[in-house]
Amino acid sequence: MGPLQSFLKARLGTEVIGLGLFLLLVVVVFSLLSDRFLTAANFGSVAVQLPELGLLTLAMLLPILSGGLNLAVTYTANISTLTLAWVLQANGGPEAGFGAFLFGSVLALAVGGASGFVMGAVVAYSRAHPILVSLAMMIFLRGLGEYLTRGGDISGFPDFVAAIGHGSILGVPAPLIVFLVCVLLWQILLGRSRLGFFTYMVGSNIEATRYSGVNTKRALTLIYTLSGIMCAVAGIVMMARFNSVRVGHGEAYLLITVLACFLGGVDPFGGFGRVTSVLLALVILQLLSSGLNLLGANQHLSTAVWGLFLIAVMVLRFAWKRWIEMRRNGT
Amino acid sequence: MAEQAAPAAVLAMRAVSKTFGGVQALRDVSFAVRAGEVHCLAGENGSGKSTLIKIATGVYSADAGAEIDIAGRHVTAPTPGLARRLGVSVIWQDLALFPEMTVAENIAFEALLGARPRLASQRQLRETAERALGRLGVTLDLTAPLRSLPIAKRQIVAIARALVGETKLIFMDEPTASLTRNETDHLLQIVRNLSASGVAVVFVSHRLAEVLEIAEAVTVLRDGGLVGVFPAEGMTQSRLTELMTGQTFDSAVSARDRGTAPAVLELRGLTRSGEYQDIDLTIRAGETVGITGLIGAGRTELGHTLFGMNRPGRGEIRLHGKPVSFRSNKDAIRAGIAYVSEDRLSLGLIQPQSIADNLALPVLDRLLSLGLISPRRKTALVDGWIRDLAVKIGKPEDPVSTLSGGNQQRIVLAKWLATEPRLLILDAPTVGVDVGARAGIFAIIRRLAEQGLAILLISDEAPEVHFNADRVLHMAGGRIVEEFDPRETSLAALELAVYA
Repeated sequence: MGPLQSFLKARLGTEVIGLGLFLLLVVVVFSLLSDRFLTAANFGSVAVQLPELGLLTLAMLLPILSGGLNLAVTYTANISTLTLAWVLQANGGPEAGFGAFLFGSVLALAVGGASGFVMGAVVAYSRAHPILVSLAMMIFLRGLGEYLTRGGDISGFPDFVAAIGHGSILGVPAPLIVFLVCVLLWQILLGRSRLGFFTYMVGSNIEATRYSGVNTKRALTLIYTLSGIMCAVAGIVMMARFNSVRVGHGEAYLLITVLACFLGGVDPFGGFGRVTSVLLALVILQLLSSGLNLLGANQHLSTAVWGLFLIAVMVLRFAWKRWIEMRRNGT
Repeated sequence: MAEQAAPAAVLAMRAVSKTFGGVQALRDVSFAVRAGEVHCLAGENGSGKSTLIKIATGVYSADAGAEIDIAGRHVTAPTPGLARRLGVSVIWQDLALFPEMTVAENIAFEALLGARPRLASQRQLRETAERALGRLGVTLDLTAPLRSLPIAKRQIVAIARALVGETKLIFMDEPTASLTRNETDHLLQIVRNLSASGVAVVFVSHRLAEVLEIAEAVTVLRDGGLVGVFPAEGMTQSRLTELMTGQTFDSAVSARDRGTAPAVLELRGLTRSGEYQDIDLTIRAGETVGITGLIGAGRTELGHTLFGMNRPGRGEIRLHGKPVSFRSNKDAIRAGIAYVSEDRLSLGLIQPQSIADNLALPVLDRLLSLGLISPRRKTALVDGWIRDLAVKIGKPEDPVSTLSGGNQQRIVLAKWLATEPRLLILDAPTVGVDVGARAGIFAIIRRLAEQGLAILLISDEAPEVHFNADRVLHMAGGRIVEEFDPRETSLAALELAVYA
């Protein structure tokens, strides 16, 4: 127990350095292979793609830190935006005003929060395993969404929706701004707030946390509710980017969000992990896929490279841990 | 070395040293056990007992220069398999059994390893298990899954498993730690029977009374070195404590009369069906009331009710004269009640998290500034308590699991004292704490009582309440059956009443 834990602790500090080195390696290798890698256009496209996966990963991060998982992130995102889409359609479709958009967005956040609240409450009060609870929620939301949309796309939004998805402020893409604001919020939540503090404690030992006078049921419910709200934010950004809503949008991101958390050094069993290292992990993944794209690699190949990369990281972490232990034992 | 006329040594270790990294865990230790002997290995946590056992059984290899003879055979490098074949078994503290498998499968498990054909015959399994249990004179349902057995019976399963094969020596690591007195007596009887049948037993325990009751000889280790081998006859607990710690402790009754101080806690007819009945109890400011009794007497359940973790069925709880009813332990903490759990490892502290975070957890609300945790306030809180209670730590950011048992318990005390309680409930506060560190914990508790804190001290160790409480209540079958004044009743009389 001892060496492993001091290792985990040491890693929290070295995690960012290690990932930073990785990032540097990726940038150097791709800029040598392709002269288009270090261009504004490439970074522009990374900046546009990063927020979708990033926001969903933030939604995944909280439950994982609390020792659970939220497998319903993508469907929660899309069900939330269905709500927004209907508000827009009910208010004239392409002619809908910005007020309708704002009202619909608030409603979307509420729907996302409600999905998370239900999962959190079931996990907290029934003590059912979060994988089962969120899997059930995922299947429910997918079925519900497909039933309501007949499996098709909903589109025909006012022009400013697409403008949000593709516009920029002072050269920074709007989705990236949304993402960075959310990263900052999560950083404050986890680093400085009561709920964030409880999230780590619950993730390590929920019973001991309860014995210390923490209402762990309420904490878990809130954790999943916030996760659901973040899903809705991700959904709104996806809707603006695609200029449409479909139940299956971002489906492929689900497992990538889990892996991005682990790549960012989050303990799979909860209790440890930082927003900054998860952010670095996300940037590395996006640079990898855009770099491969520039080299003309097939989209599927780049997914395969992500998988290989993650395996390599696990092996390297293991080797690093062994090295630390051997150095400590002086053998 | 010449053969001795007395029973031959079943295990002889000489010049055993072991270094981990830069830390010397064992330094030139000798250890010998004769056939059929009950030998006790005594020492504080970290004195090298476990390392010695692990070297004897081949889990660790000793540093160069060590000589090990098992059953008269010189063994240069024991491995777990070789040690087992030569007749050396270990029962680890956590028993290392398989909860989902049956009693018979658990007992015969090792006999199956490497057996050919590689299929288990149920009949053979049963016969092996029956033979082993027969040697212990115990009958158990062989087909019952292990998890359905109480801990004392699991212990017997572990012993039976250790007996399978030509076993000559069994190491038992803290075998009585989770047993009641009656169960312990039964276990000690089994150890005596084993010894009479020629099997040597090395007994590791922190309960000195039972060590002296059962052992013929005691090997004492301190800080990785051998203090000596002593005959158990004529040895006393206080002498053994001195040998283990290198210090002397005076255990004197500390009871005082606090008759006039205002009552902090009053219980009237408190009942929770199936757990405790008709509890009447008053604790005054500055008073330490001890509750002792066997495990299952309802002590911990009563503590849980006072801490708001479960509700009483009947009766009244008054705090400072006012009736209270708690919906959760949060209410209890707010009302000034703190509870130090008997289970420090899984309930008292969040082991992988930092010392600082563990300390801050119950008082997080006080560290908020503009709704966010103030790192400055948190550091001030942590540094203050670590200084106050003289906790030896590396950095406040280190995981709490890196601390010794005694220092962990100081952190538990600190985290609860930070809530500024008026009533402190201590449930088995010295479990897993070294003899030397216990005195330090009780010195803190006594200081708190002097400052007016009301303390409820729950313990199944009669000496602990006898020496540290002002009044001692004996709880049995969920009721308070007797009250003792430690100044008027001897420890022996109390132990007789509680354990008889």
